[in-house]
Amino acid sequence: MSLEAAPVEVNAQVPAKPVKADSPWRIAVRRFARNKLALAGLIIVILMFLICYIGPLLSPYNLYDYKLTDKNLAPNASHWLGTDKLGRDILLRTMLAGRISLAVGLVATIITVLVGATLGAVAGFYRGFVDTVIMRFADIFSSIPTLPILIIMGTVLSDLKVDPSNRIYFLMLMLGVLSWMGLARLVRSQILTLREQEFMLATDALGLKDNRKIFRHLLPNTIPIIIVSATLSVAGAILSESALSFLGIGVVPPTPSWGNMISAANNLIDFRKRPWLWVPPGMCILITVTAVNLIGDALRDALDPKMKK
Amino acid sequence: MLSSQVELGISIYKPGGILMRQYIIRRLLQMIPTLIGISIIVFAISAMVPGDFITAKNNPNMTAEKAEQLRHIYGLDKPEYERYFIWAGNMLKGNMGDSLQHKQPVTEVINTYVWNSFIIALATLILSWVIAVFTGVFSAKFQYSFFDRIVTLTVFLCMSLPSFFIGLLLIKLFALDWKLFPVSGMTTAGHNDAGWAYIKDVVKHMFLPTLVLTMLSTGSLTRYFRAGMLEVIRQDYIRTARAKGLKEVTVIFKHALRNALLPAITLLGFELPALFGGAMILEKVFVWPGIGQVYLESINMRDYPFMLGFTIFLSILTLLGNLLADVLYGIADPRIRLK
Amino acid sequence: MAKQTVETKTLVEFKNLKTHFHTSAGVVKAVDDVSFSIREGETLCVVGESGCGKSVTAMSLMRLIETPPGEIAGGEILFEGKDLLKLSKRDMSRLRGNEVAMIFQEPMSSLNPVLTIGEQICEPLILHKNMDRKEAKKRAIELITLVGIPRAEDIFHAYPHELSGGMRQRIMIAIALSCDPKLLIADEPTTALDVTIQAQILDLMREIKTKVNTAIMLITHDLGVVAEMADFVVVMYAGKVIEEAPVIDLFKDPQHPYTKGLLKAKPVLNQKQERLYSIPGQVPNPVELGSNCHFHDRCEFCMEICKTKEPPLRIHGDSKHKTACWLYEEEGKVQ
Repeated sequence: MSLEAAPVEVNAQVPAKPVKADSPWRIAVRRFARNKLALAGLIIVILMFLICYIGPLLSPYNLYDYKLTDKNLAPNASHWLGTDKLGRDILLRTMLAGRISLAVGLVATIITVLVGATLGAVAGFYRGFVDTVIMRFADIFSSIPTLPILIIMGTVLSDLKVDPSNRIYFLMLMLGVLSWMGLARLVRSQILTLREQEFMLATDALGLKDNRKIFRHLLPNTIPIIIVSATLSVAGAILSESALSFLGIGVVPPTPSWGNMISAANNLIDFRKRPWLWVPPGMCILITVTAVNLIGDALRDALDPKMKK
Repeated sequence: MLSSQVELGISIYKPGGILMRQYIIRRLLQMIPTLIGISIIVFAISAMVPGDFITAKNNPNMTAEKAEQLRHIYGLDKPEYERYFIWAGNMLKGNMGDSLQHKQPVTEVINTYVWNSFIIALATLILSWVIAVFTGVFSAKFQYSFFDRIVTLTVFLCMSLPSFFIGLLLIKLFALDWKLFPVSGMTTAGHNDAGWAYIKDVVKHMFLPTLVLTMLSTGSLTRYFRAGMLEVIRQDYIRTARAKGLKEVTVIFKHALRNALLPAITLLGFELPALFGGAMILEKVFVWPGIGQVYLESINMRDYPFMLGFTIFLSILTLLGNLLADVLYGIADPRIRLK
Repeated sequence: MAKQTVETKTLVEFKNLKTHFHTSAGVVKAVDDVSFSIREGETLCVVGESGCGKSVTAMSLMRLIETPPGEIAGGEILFEGKDLLKLSKRDMSRLRGNEVAMIFQEPMSSLNPVLTIGEQICEPLILHKNMDRKEAKKRAIELITLVGIPRAEDIFHAYPHELSGGMRQRIMIAIALSCDPKLLIADEPTTALDVTIQAQILDLMREIKTKVNTAIMLITHDLGVVAEMADFVVVMYAGKVIEEAPVIDLFKDPQHPYTKGLLKAKPVLNQKQERLYSIPGQVPNPVELGSNCHFHDRCEFCMEICKTKEPPLRIHGDSKHKTACWLYEEEGKVQ
């Protein structure tokens, strides 16, 4: 520990400097990678996507295989998760349903981010009257109970006899539009502080247009909080979609979604005797949402510079 | 920072103090435009629904003529904006109208069913707070221990539960397969229990739905308390408390927990709508005769007076809950002075 | 300050104390083989730059090192002859706040914001002195008056945020004194305060010392405070004691180059100086320090032996003045 330790120690010190100069993104990646639960979550989500999007291509069955001879089979070697009352393979249906549920979650979130970030940025940038109006709208929207409104809107869709294949687009829109408030508030408060900083003075000096200031200079600085909020919102959207579909007013058959597959449990015999009809999609929701939440939480820790360890 | 604050601070901001009353009045006034906005949006969305109560009933004996008559009686034949003003005017007078489905005033329907939801919500509230405080405190105290890791994972599972699915799964396992609890409802059909037997019966029926609701709300609460405790434990005054020779139990539960609970008191205000709002889907799954299920039915049946009335009721509860949260915080934290 | 010539009893003795912290970068030996003692009624100042281990020494005495990451890796801390490191948690709690009390650097955050001042002063009285609420309140009000705050009754019911920083530090002192401790540890008690308030707090501590005759272990980086308060001084550098001496000896005849540097770095009034002296270089990285004189790379007298071997802490004259430096050793002189 006497003579030899010293040079080793010096060497250990040297690379320490450039590491500190790393970009915040690389630091965030490293912090994220240290969180084992979140890594597990990330792997699960990637697997879930792969299985849902590639799996059906490898399946020997297709969605319109009505083989009534094979109906209501319990899980077995050829039908790993059994079949339903029309003889359709549950594994295939679960994977196809996953495509829908994941897509609804993602697109709804994109809409939330577009609406929320834009409104938040505009409110924070212009302040004054614009800000008051937007934030008052946010207050109004967040005081309306979300689930009932979604249910009412879902009923409207049913009454308007919207084509089942188009319904998911409306659903994405509904979910997205009803959950922008939280993100808008976050972005607004960030923009309010950012716009007071010196680099904004520079953009004034350059005579940049407002929309360039907002979208090129201010919003990029709020990307960390947007990412975190968006991740958590994917989880929320998947849950909301499944609840609506379970009630029969979200994604409706024949389009499968995890939620509407669970509504098989509304039939007492299926509920009691054939759990393979409704347990697998439920588990998929649970696993996916948990994984997404784990990722979101780890991202918050990784991207939040205030949470130093 | 001067000591003159000693006299100033304590009295007038506290309940009954002049400034507190002014603050509450100002906040209540601010609610009015928000409420108007809410009522317009809610009414507009429901007005988009093409059918109405008459068509939704699907009565085969209904002739076009009779339907028109009924529509006239219910005022469904008037233009939308006119209906809005009639409805909003009645709401202002405290008259929520009659539920078409229940043939009773909306307030009465609410009163009949809301308490069934309330007992579950209250049990959930108490259980989830007790569990969350304890697990939160211990996983913060033993951060990164095995216990903490288990708690963290469980918390994330709970936060990610699809309520209806877990409800179904529990019914299947606990009620149908193992027959430990009744499948559905609030009381056993055919029993006319009274007194203790009745309470026992209800508690048995309550168990599963309360369990699901508790799981749902405990997750994020635990996380909240854990984070709060971790923050507080690092504070200088905790070191002071230890340096005084206080027992660790006193340090954690008196000095740390009080500070960690402060911001959480805000959450108590936010619980207000949950206490009276019922759980729509879960009540349906458990066939619990609560307000949530009635609300869900009212949407299906196009029972506008009830649907609109209850939605506004929930919105008002949400707004009052926010106000309550701020007021509670002001009362609890000696440092906060309401502006 | 009248110096006591009569040999008084030793109150606390640190014997080869080692307190380590296990960090992701490696083991930090925050306190490495530290020995010194505090006599009854004496004011001992521990001086050093931030991070030299002076607070950790005090926290080790209180057994308030957070484990993990911290750990008392070896040594003894004798308080009235018994080893504190061997006490059970319960016995240690009984001692804390009772026979040994501590005040901290940050008066603004050291008091619990949600409890009244009175409650916080009464706590140790009820716990250690078995007082009931009424007696405790009476005593608390006396204590508030003792530390020089008027309107004690009002202050008793006030919350910390209603008081200024100086008042809060007075309250901290009141809490510390509540059980008549034999040792009062003050960890940079004036650093966070305005200069005028600093002087008031020091005056208060001195005044109280004469009243209650408690020993004080005062941790500071301010030599002005040392000159004003200390009977005996311990100088620490990078986890080690490098010099200890009665205060007059230290100021008159500083031996260790680091101590000399510190005294040069201090501005002296009425004395024209071109520029304030500052010791060149930085405090070494505390992770995995070698076994040598840790000051060697900043020392203008650095010799070959300083880089490879650790100097012992020894008396180099006839007084109680000890120094750890090769300049005063035979091995050093040989070179």
